[in-house]
Amino acid sequence: MSSEKPHPSRDAESCGACQNHGFCEGRGLAVFKEGSWTSNPVAIQTLGICPALAVTTRLENSLVMGGAMIFVVMGSSFLLSLLRHWTPRRVRLIASVAVIATFVIIIDQFLRAFYWDMSRQLGPYVGLIITNCIVLGRAEAFAMQNKPQLAIIDALAAGIGFTAILAIVGFFRELLGEGTVLGFTVLDPQWYTKNLVMVLAPGAFVVMGFLIAFFNWLQHGNADKS
Amino acid sequence: MSETQSLLAILVTAALTNNILLAKFLGMCSFLSCSRQIGTALGLGVAVTFVLTGTIMVNYLIYHHLLVPLGLEHLMMIVFIAVIAGCVQFVEMFVERFSPRLYFALGIFLPLIAVNCAILGASLFMVIDKYSFWETLAFGLGSGLGWLLAIVLLAGLRKRMGYGDPPKPFRGVAITMIVTGIMALAFMGFAGIGQ
Repeated sequence: MSSEKPHPSRDAESCGACQNHGFCEGRGLAVFKEGSWTSNPVAIQTLGICPALAVTTRLENSLVMGGAMIFVVMGSSFLLSLLRHWTPRRVRLIASVAVIATFVIIIDQFLRAFYWDMSRQLGPYVGLIITNCIVLGRAEAFAMQNKPQLAIIDALAAGIGFTAILAIVGFFRELLGEGTVLGFTVLDPQWYTKNLVMVLAPGAFVVMGFLIAFFNWLQHGNADKS
Repeated sequence: MSETQSLLAILVTAALTNNILLAKFLGMCSFLSCSRQIGTALGLGVAVTFVLTGTIMVNYLIYHHLLVPLGLEHLMMIVFIAVIAGCVQFVEMFVERFSPRLYFALGIFLPLIAVNCAILGASLFMVIDKYSFWETLAFGLGSGLGWLLAIVLLAGLRKRMGYGDPPKPFRGVAITMIVTGIMALAFMGFAGIGQ
C-alpha cells in the first residue's frame, strides 16, 4: 500500500472558507454542506459506488448499510484525527487501513450478534467498507490535517451524504421492483406489475445513472461541466 | 456431474452469470475510471485477474489452516487486506521491471488494486460460500476473467460512445452507468449456463 490516493479536491476550498470567515465556528456548517451536498461522495465524486449498488434492493437494507457507514467513517476519522501528530507520514496508509478495519470488524460483529438476518442479507458488503474509497478518502484528505471536532463533522457529512443516496436508490428500487416501501405495500399488485429488473443488477445501474445525471442537472443545469 | 465438470461450472458461473462486476457490483471505481482505452483496460484486467487468483488462494490457506484452528475468524478481514496489500506491492514491482509502459499507463490505479473491492470481495465470498480448495481456484480465476471481460467490453463501448450526443447532464459517469446496466441485462442472458 505505497501510494497516494486521488484526493477529492475540497480541502483547499474549506480552508479558504475559514480564512474568509475569520473564525472557525463558521466553518463547521460550511464543511457539512460541502461534504454532504456540494461534493456528495457518491453522486458527485462517484466514490463508494459498489455498496450503493449492491445493498439497495430494499430501503431497509440501504438504511442499515448507511448507519454502518456513518459509524465507521465517524469513528475512524475521529481516531485518526486524534492520532494525526503521532502518525509518521510513511506509514499513514497502513495506519488508516488498520483503524478502519477495526471499526468495520466492530460493526460487523455487532450486526452478526444482534441482527443476524440483516447481516446475512448484506453479505460481504459490510466487510467491504474497509476498501470503500469514502472512508479512506475522508481520512486522507481531511482527518489527517484537521482538529477532531471538525473531522467528526466532515465524516458525519460524508456518511449522511452516502446514506441519503443509498436511501434514494433503495426507495426507487423497492418501489418499482416490489411495489413496497419499507415492506408496506404502496403500489397495489392488482394493477401494478412488479418490475423484477429493478431488484436485479441492471436496475441498480440504471437508477444510479439517472440519479447522477439528476445531480449534475441540479448543480450545473444544462451547461457544460468544465 | 464429475468433479472437473462442477469446477468448470463454478468457473463459468463466476465469469458470466454471476459476473463479479455486473452482478455483484465489485470493483466499480477502477472500472469507471480505467475504461477509456482498451489497452489500459486489458492491462488492468490482467493484473486484477492475477492478483485476485493469487490472493484468494493464499487467503484460503490462511483462513482454513491458521485462523479457523485458532478460532480467530473475526480477524479475517484485517488478515485478508494485509495479504492483498503485500501481493499488490509484488505485482507493482514486477510490472515496473518488465513493462514500464504499462506501468505508466496504469499509473495510480496499480497500487489502488489493493483497495479494489473485487479482490477483497472475492475472498469474502470464498468464506461465505464455503468453497473447497479447487473450487476456490476456479471461483477466483472465473471472477478475475469476468472482471477482465466486463472492463474490456466497456472500454470498447466507451470508444463508440464518444461519437454519441447524450444530453449534457448525462455525459460522463451517468451515461456510463446506464450503458453498464444494459450490459448487465445482456449478461443475464447467460443465466442457466453451468447449472
